[in-house]
Amino acid sequence: MPKETGWRISLIAVFVVLSFLYLTPTLASKLPTWWGNLLPKDKIHLGLDLQGGTHLVMEVDTQKAIEGSLDLVATDLEDTLNSKSLHFKRISRDGFDKVSVVLYEKGTADVVQKLIKDKYPTYEQSPTFDEGGFVALTLRVSEKDAQDRKDKAVQQALETIRNRIDQFGVSEPTIQREGINHIVVQLPGIKDPQRAIDLIGRTARLDFKMVREDISPTSGTIPEDAELLKEKMVDAATGAVTEIPIVVQKKSMITGDLLTDAQVRIDSQFNQPYVGIEFNSLGAKLFDQVTAANVGKRFAIVLDNNIHSAPVIRERISGGSAQISGNFTEKTAADLAIVLRAGALPAPVKIIQNVTVGPSLGQDSINKGLYAGLIGVLLVVCFMAIYYKLSGMIANLGMILNIVYLMGALAALGATLTLPGIAAIVLLVGMSVDSNVIIFERIREELKLGKSPKSALDAGYDKAFLTIMDSHITTLITAAVLFQFGTGPVKGFAVSLSLGVIINLFTSLIGTKVTFDLFLHKGKVKKMSI
Amino acid sequence: MELLGKTRIDFIGKRNISFVISAIISIIGIIGVIQVGRGAANMGIDFSGGTAMQLKFSKPISIADARVALHKNGIAKADLQEIKDGNKLLVKMAGAAVGKPSEMVQAAFKKEFADNVFTVESSTEIGPSIGDKLRKDTLIASFLSMLGIIMYIAWRFDFKFGVGATIATTHDCLAMFAVFYLMNKEINLMFITAVLTIAGYSLTDTVVVFDRIRENLHKNLKGAMHTIFNDSINEVLSRTIVTSLTVFLAAASLFLFGGEVIHDFALALLIGVIVGTYSSVFVASPIVVILENRALANKPKTA
Repeated sequence: MPKETGWRISLIAVFVVLSFLYLTPTLASKLPTWWGNLLPKDKIHLGLDLQGGTHLVMEVDTQKAIEGSLDLVATDLEDTLNSKSLHFKRISRDGFDKVSVVLYEKGTADVVQKLIKDKYPTYEQSPTFDEGGFVALTLRVSEKDAQDRKDKAVQQALETIRNRIDQFGVSEPTIQREGINHIVVQLPGIKDPQRAIDLIGRTARLDFKMVREDISPTSGTIPEDAELLKEKMVDAATGAVTEIPIVVQKKSMITGDLLTDAQVRIDSQFNQPYVGIEFNSLGAKLFDQVTAANVGKRFAIVLDNNIHSAPVIRERISGGSAQISGNFTEKTAADLAIVLRAGALPAPVKIIQNVTVGPSLGQDSINKGLYAGLIGVLLVVCFMAIYYKLSGMIANLGMILNIVYLMGALAALGATLTLPGIAAIVLLVGMSVDSNVIIFERIREELKLGKSPKSALDAGYDKAFLTIMDSHITTLITAAVLFQFGTGPVKGFAVSLSLGVIINLFTSLIGTKVTFDLFLHKGKVKKMSI
Repeated sequence: MELLGKTRIDFIGKRNISFVISAIISIIGIIGVIQVGRGAANMGIDFSGGTAMQLKFSKPISIADARVALHKNGIAKADLQEIKDGNKLLVKMAGAAVGKPSEMVQAAFKKEFADNVFTVESSTEIGPSIGDKLRKDTLIASFLSMLGIIMYIAWRFDFKFGVGATIATTHDCLAMFAVFYLMNKEINLMFITAVLTIAGYSLTDTVVVFDRIRENLHKNLKGAMHTIFNDSINEVLSRTIVTSLTVFLAAASLFLFGGEVIHDFALALLIGVIVGTYSSVFVASPIVVILENRALANKPKTA
């Protein structure tokens, strides 16, 4: 055996062993105990289209995060001015990037200007100007600051969503940031996608607001410091939804970020689930004060601008725990507890893409893909065996080698196999024998010219080399571009295709050549079976 | 075994016929591409945005009944398609928002077909902003891969061969658009993927033919262009057909047995493989002959 053939065979053998090593976790139902930690343990990842699951793309409304922080600044400024007895006409958010302050006189304005400068150094303050006889000024969020806040909002939303999903219990979820304000969530094998989507997409902003009994919800004129919200009542028997309008104070007494815990509990008396919440020390103190000051009045528990319930405060509640009860099933109570524990999203999110594949369709796709692959392999194998006889069988061997390597490479690289990925593999079955067809046709020609099998073989491989390179490189160009720009299934196609093309170059130029060399070397072959 | 013995077909001589055929195909393809660009073709929801659902019913369901049921419940614009195997129904609604439409469809069917239970096998909802992004990405991807292929061809072949190969590749892509446009098949991401794959793959046959032509041009400098090209094509004809045939067999098994999810994708590949083979013989080579002859005719004048 020539030296060159020797190392080529070893290389092929090493790759085969490696491929099977990486494929073992996928093929074996249970790994033997001696498999240990050093050997690969990961199965080939299946795309969501094959194993079923949900792929979500969410857009974080980052503008809302800025507006939210401006609202906070406005409230905070109001409180500060009140505590310093500085009189003002109005402080409110104005548009999407400023807070406007309207004061009665120039004297206060100077004090306020200085105060704002100390307290909010990052905001751009306008000089005072006249507004209908009053003195006004504005605070504007700087461009850079706004970008920072938006970025933080997305990051925080990502963390919150991750928390919620972890608590909901999904195995191997993927949660990633994509672009500026998109979050991609993949939930493989999820049983109840709608419930998960509701859970993830909910802002879950919790506010406790006092009910303004002095204003009728139907009056039509609602003062600036109050707002009209609705309480949804669901009739347990008929499922009919009624909405009761209630006017509440705009300013929250307590907000959900003061919670430390939320748990589902069951009311022993009515056997009804409710959510028990715990406040942190600041929250507990506030809650104590508010309830003490307002016994006999109603306050509203507001969740994402919908009134969940509006109970009467019967007595002062100290100790920092409270309960949210209402029309809960065990599931809805559990979900509310999860979102309250994980915290509110810093800004609302909108689901802009939702691809859900049921597990049955996924399995169906795997079965059909494998079946089609098998038929494809059989057709090609038969054709090659008939058309090129023994040489055709060598090409078939190369093709099988190709598939083994490709699967091994997919497992080793932790690539994801999708249905189009399977299609690419089937396609490669056809393509991989192509190289051999080009070589064999060349060999036939050389044989017709009267060359010996050995020199016909060498000439065939030599002359076909460039042609084979060309066809592989052009396919690789498109596969690479598809990989760069494709998402999900298309990316899976590109991965399988590009890996397959590279591997095919190896098997067709080295793999099958070695087999021929072995045959031709051993016996003095007079006639080639081609 | 040999599929074809020695052939002596006058491929180049038939170029007038083949050019007419290819021109018609290309024009239909260009119309198809324009319609796609305008969004007037049968666009997949991955480009147009919208909702698509695949439902599996427990009993057979007729499209007419399903349409009436949707109408009654306020869903006027929905594309319905039946999948023969297993009482399946595809519902497609273009341009709708995410979330609501899929719930509405489910509620409508639950109400109208209370005795025919169904499960949602898959649902895809794509918001308009994603559709825009995908369209843009696809355009860039298509442009880059065509550019990459053309640059490779330019580097590998001289100008005349490069022009032939580029035109043939473009022709193949247009032909795929033409067929899908005429059949009113959905133009979606997977179709574009198939087109780009074929753009890369169809060059194989062209390269095989061109390599042989160049080899023969070097060997035989005196013969008429016409003859050298015809001889070359005839010499490699069987491998051109066989290489396409093996890929065709694989794609055909995907088409027949791969299931509805990749049915159209496999169809696009089948069309591409056939057209790619045709174009390497009937489009790419004749164009090079014309260019070569023109160059030859110009030479004596300048000399």
